[in-house]
Amino acid sequence: MRLSASDLTCRRGGREIFAGVGFSVASGEALSISGRNGAGKSSLLRMVVGLVRIDGGRLDLEGGDPELTLGEQAHYLGHEDALKPSLSVGENLQFWAGFLGAGAADIGKPLTAVGLDVLADLPAAYLSAGQRRRLSIARLLAVERPIWLLDEPTSTLDAMAQERLAGFMQTHLAAGGLILVATHGPIGLDDAQELQLDQAVPSPLAGEVWEGESGGGATTTPVRRLTTSTPTPSPQGGGVEEER
Amino acid sequence: MTPLATLLVRDMRIAMRVGGGALMGVLFFLVVVTLVPFALGPDLALLKRIGPAILWLAALLASLLALDRLFAADHEDGSLDLILMGRAPLELVVAVKGLAHWFTTGLPLVIAAPLVGLFLNLDVPAEAALVLTFLVGTPALTFIGLIGAAIAVTLRRGGLLLAVLVLPLTVPVLIFGVAAANAAVVGPVPFGNPFVVLCALTLGSLIVGPFAAAAALRQEME
Repeated sequence: MRLSASDLTCRRGGREIFAGVGFSVASGEALSISGRNGAGKSSLLRMVVGLVRIDGGRLDLEGGDPELTLGEQAHYLGHEDALKPSLSVGENLQFWAGFLGAGAADIGKPLTAVGLDVLADLPAAYLSAGQRRRLSIARLLAVERPIWLLDEPTSTLDAMAQERLAGFMQTHLAAGGLILVATHGPIGLDDAQELQLDQAVPSPLAGEVWEGESGGGATTTPVRRLTTSTPTPSPQGGGVEEER
Repeated sequence: MTPLATLLVRDMRIAMRVGGGALMGVLFFLVVVTLVPFALGPDLALLKRIGPAILWLAALLASLLALDRLFAADHEDGSLDLILMGRAPLELVVAVKGLAHWFTTGLPLVIAAPLVGLFLNLDVPAEAALVLTFLVGTPALTFIGLIGAAIAVTLRRGGLLLAVLVLPLTVPVLIFGVAAANAAVVGPVPFGNPFVVLCALTLGSLIVGPFAAAAALRQEME
């Protein structure tokens, strides 16, 4: 399975957020998306699952289920935790497990994995921000989906929960899944590709790509930089250029 | 359980928990109808004549009461994103949410109607006719309301817009609901004629409502 994008453009409220973004992620690989506030990290993730319109460029999934859309094969962990305060921890997870297609899923195992099994009967209203986030993460474990899209998943998590999340992600990658994660800091995936979304500030990272590879290789002067680098010396999977 | 059955159970559960709004509609209905005899005075003939209209108006307002939270609550906590991404068709999802809403706000009105009918001096045949029109007509109110709820989903104070948008659309339901109930009380039209039109309006709204609401949701979420 390979998820690839080229030349993606996003406009929100009449303003261009990003343009010419490309990447390519295969099974077992992760892509870490970084950039300043407002660079379009969340918009890019929402675009992949179909919650934001694609204003230009292409998004392809090779080797997925042809009967299903990209969003239907993906888990999306957004800023909001999608929990109902009046339902208990167990009921919340049971609902998402059932609605997202696991049928009568066993929610005990995912709850134990995120350390919330003892709180299963507690209404979600009483959870702390970090516990709410852990309950959302349990959703990813309860229903199997090959693509994970995580939007700053560690923002409210303590050190131990961050470590656990890194473990879940490594397990998912090892099982052949792929992960796109928007983050400001290290996420615990050492061999993740990096995608830097930035408008004006030059990227301090090595391996800058000035000429887009997936964008058709046109040699124009970029006004926006975007870095894609991998641990291997050769940068792969696309870069960015924008014609003024 | 299928995804849609899971959604039905979850929505009904939320509505019946604290702050869910299932009982608010029927309480509002009871309060409004109870106030009418106080306002009009003890004129039994008058109450009997306008009783069905009062009950229908109160039911109309009561069924709109919790409707603005139907999609807005899911939108605010991020659930709607996941629902839109889900494998269940959005039209069916919307219809199931409407059904859950009717079970928790429309059905209690049907059950409460004969009780408050007593306050308005309705006799047994009139009450039976009224319950029948409520049973057939209130789903139309909910499913027409779905459209407004979907349009107002991203608005902070969507309730007001919802009422302005939805109330004019419910006029035909109101006309034929009251007409059918009145026909059973005073005549001269047979009960069946307006009642059949009311059934047709409900069937139409059961189809149009979910499609229009799903289209509005897709548009809003872009």
